[in-house]
Amino acid sequence: MSWSENLRLLSPEITLTIFALLVLGLDLAFKRLKDALAYVAIGGLLLTMVVTALLFGTQGSLFSEMLVVDSFALYFKIIACLATGLVILSSIAFMKDKTPYRGEFYGLLLLATLAITLLAGASDLVMIYLSFEFLSLTCYVLVGYLRGDPKSSEGGIKYFLYGAVTSAVMLYGISLLYGITGSTNLAEIGNALLFPASPAASTPWLILPAVIFMLAGFGFKISLVPFHQWTPDAYEGAPTPIAAFLSVGPKAAGFAILIRVFLTALPAYQIDWVAILSGISLVSMTLGNLVAIQQTNIKRMLAYSSIAQVGYILLGVVAAGPETYGITGVLLFILAYLFTNLGAFVAVVAFSHVTGSDEIADYAGLLRRAPLLAAALVVFFMSLAGIPPTGGFLGKLFVFGAAIQMGQKVFYFLAVVGVLNSVISLYYYFNVVRLMFFLPAKDESSLQIPRSLVLAVAVTMAMTLLMGLYPQPFIDLATRSVLTVAMLSPP
Amino acid sequence: MNIPYLTLITFIPLLGAVTVLLIPRKYEREMKGLAVALSLVPLVLAAILWLNYDYSAGTMQFQEEHAWIPTINVHYRVGVDGISLPLVFLTSLLTVICLFYSSYTIKERVKEYFAFFFLLEMGMLGVFVSLDFFLFYVFWEIGLVPMYFLIGVWGGPRRQYAAIKFFLYTLTGSVLMLLAILGMYFAEGTFDILEMARLRPFADNFTLQSLAFWGIFAAFAIKVPLWPFHTWLPDAHVEAPTAGSVILAGVLLKLGGYGFFRILLPIFPGAFHHYAPIIAILALLSIVYGALVSMAQWDLKKLIAYSSVNHMGYVMLGLVAAASAIGTSEKFFDSQAMALNGAVMQMFNHGIITGGLFLLVGVIYERAHIRDLKGFGGLGVTMPVYYGIVTVTCLASLGLPGLAGFISEFLVFRGALSIIPLIAAIAVSGVVITAAMFLWKVIQMIFLGPLNEKWADLPDMQRWEVITMAPLLFFMLLFGLYPTPILNLINGSVVKLLSGL
Repeated sequence: MSWSENLRLLSPEITLTIFALLVLGLDLAFKRLKDALAYVAIGGLLLTMVVTALLFGTQGSLFSEMLVVDSFALYFKIIACLATGLVILSSIAFMKDKTPYRGEFYGLLLLATLAITLLAGASDLVMIYLSFEFLSLTCYVLVGYLRGDPKSSEGGIKYFLYGAVTSAVMLYGISLLYGITGSTNLAEIGNALLFPASPAASTPWLILPAVIFMLAGFGFKISLVPFHQWTPDAYEGAPTPIAAFLSVGPKAAGFAILIRVFLTALPAYQIDWVAILSGISLVSMTLGNLVAIQQTNIKRMLAYSSIAQVGYILLGVVAAGPETYGITGVLLFILAYLFTNLGAFVAVVAFSHVTGSDEIADYAGLLRRAPLLAAALVVFFMSLAGIPPTGGFLGKLFVFGAAIQMGQKVFYFLAVVGVLNSVISLYYYFNVVRLMFFLPAKDESSLQIPRSLVLAVAVTMAMTLLMGLYPQPFIDLATRSVLTVAMLSPP
Repeated sequence: MNIPYLTLITFIPLLGAVTVLLIPRKYEREMKGLAVALSLVPLVLAAILWLNYDYSAGTMQFQEEHAWIPTINVHYRVGVDGISLPLVFLTSLLTVICLFYSSYTIKERVKEYFAFFFLLEMGMLGVFVSLDFFLFYVFWEIGLVPMYFLIGVWGGPRRQYAAIKFFLYTLTGSVLMLLAILGMYFAEGTFDILEMARLRPFADNFTLQSLAFWGIFAAFAIKVPLWPFHTWLPDAHVEAPTAGSVILAGVLLKLGGYGFFRILLPIFPGAFHHYAPIIAILALLSIVYGALVSMAQWDLKKLIAYSSVNHMGYVMLGLVAAASAIGTSEKFFDSQAMALNGAVMQMFNHGIITGGLFLLVGVIYERAHIRDLKGFGGLGVTMPVYYGIVTVTCLASLGLPGLAGFISEFLVFRGALSIIPLIAAIAVSGVVITAAMFLWKVIQMIFLGPLNEKWADLPDMQRWEVITMAPLLFFMLLFGLYPTPILNLINGSVVKLLSGL
């Protein structure tokens, strides 16, 4: 392949790298730029999105098939840029009085985005591991960014310890898979497992540990039960915009790589991993929702809620098949979840920026103090609970629909557990609504929310509603981006 | 030119909600007037539809269809027939009345109140006109949210508990229905409700058919509510503000009843017939239990709330009678039609009668601030107009001939007695208990006996309160003496529904 073609395929990553370096460089050269750098970063992300969108429909690979470029990867690259863009928008006002090192902050966020874009296209175990670590390292720093705040440092350390252990376990799983098949390329592994050279060469008893070990890594990124324990602490301690980022960006990346590995490298063992993932999905949503009920801090509540949400998304992965809406559902759900969950977090950022509190009890009477913020939160909570007409409903419709589509008892059961979990989740989401609308405020003063945060809330709310009211373009995009795998042929 | 009547009827409330929110707070009086005026538009349009509906065919009319989500074959598809049209009319009528009443009684957060009320109206009307499962479900759920706020913000002392209980109960039913809808969609590839009734999903797999049947049943039975799914109802009713109770009893319960007519009976006649004995028992229990528990109440609002369980039980009795006779013998056709006609009319009647009763509770509660029946007595002397209106409404509710309630209950029993005689015979006792309950508990305790001096200077109903009740009394009398207009409307569609089974 020609150089120019390679450059074209790599253009999103190149754009991101240039802008990350630009932000870091400008910060170094001009001390006073700080907040203007946020807009430079957002500009870079917008440009990356344009470049990515131009690539749609292209199919190709780079660096001896270390990286592939397909619609599936491009979809996640756009998700990453959207998420980071909204996070930066909500950080401008919030970080102003928290840290003087804001230039590096935006630079790191761009680097984390770069890591996600690499992970989205990684099709080789080595590449997967490298970009995985790249993403983790940037996130560790970002979580512990507020050095003066012990909670932030604690969150950072916890996140780092968990991350280090799980990635080591994942590496072990990767080495097992390499040992069994003799290849690190996902497609080659898939072929080797589907069509073993000799009966002796197939070693099913080793596959299961390999899958489970790799799941430790993916599960950590996505915060699936039982790899979720870091989540509430890291979310609570991290600067709120970073908690927002963690709840969407790395999770999307984790799903991208989980789907690619399982569908490309392990279709031969689909029955096994479907069983494991079904169990994890079931436990994640139930545990996440039940524990969320008891939380008194809104960031911790949203942390557990995000654990439940990834349980629903995993249901779509479980129900993945050539005929079903499983992966389409996952893609739609993640997009809807991006706007909804980021929206909820941005609202929390706005509230905590003005009042300095993250306690759920302090949301009492918010309707009087900031009516539009309260109304937006109702929309986000409706979407998280899956009530139409919101994007969250659309995502759940497709994911649960895919489970029903499988037409087997166990999937019906999963779908029933899933929808009943939505009912449970409504209780704690609407507990906040109850406080905001039904109770009087301790302090009736109205909240002055910075314009950048108002913009971020408005964008996320509009997109959440648009996805519910006019979902066709989003469905088209998701359908086009579904990973076309399971079409492997004998070598 | 084709006027999209149903779209206008459904979305003018949305326009109302937006308008109300945009009007600045200082123009509160004007805002209330405008809100009531806007709510009249759907009522007028519904009346126009009623007058222009072609009775003889009994088909879906005034249909509109536009593609919405082509990938999964979802359409914006609306239409009305003789079963939904009376309920559309009822919804818009009760909304006008409620907004008019509320414009006098609601003093705080007026804008939000009116906005939520309009959104609620949109959700309810949307359910009645939807002919696409997806659309149906969306409207079904949209209605929950404003009701939650109406109870929670403007309700009584335990409003927070009642609001979330209402939401969780109904949502549980809804999500199970969603799964059933998805199951049918993946089996048949369509969300079209009428088409689904022709296709009869899962005809060859009774297990799946039963699963889908009970999934949808859960949603509707909770909404109706059928015993033993009724426990949210007393809480919601007692805590809701007056107009909220009116809409709750008047329309929200009908959403469930309507669902049985539009979805469960036509799409799953086989399963409905098969499980008819179970449902008949549940209907019977709702009737008898509802009446007995109602009689045991001393809180006026709770009493009427439980009487709703009893009255909606008649709707279910009519339905289940018709379902029991499916595929048995031709000779039952007339009885089936009678039972179903009665059931649909009972929904309309219960809407105007019980809606009226809740308004009347509001009237006394605004004055005395108690609802305890033991605390009144002898008010007939000081409040003669109120006495008269309450008596007429109670008599309508207990089924006195000459008033609307009688016609529908008579039809239900006349139909049910020939199909499921034993159940129907026991169910008649519900009528007796209700009569005792209204005469003894309501009329006697409030208006008769020695005057409780505490209430000696309670003012009688004011003119605006009488105006609020007037349309309801008019329909109670009209359809009690001359039910032909509404029965003609219903009958065509009921016969069409039955011949399709």
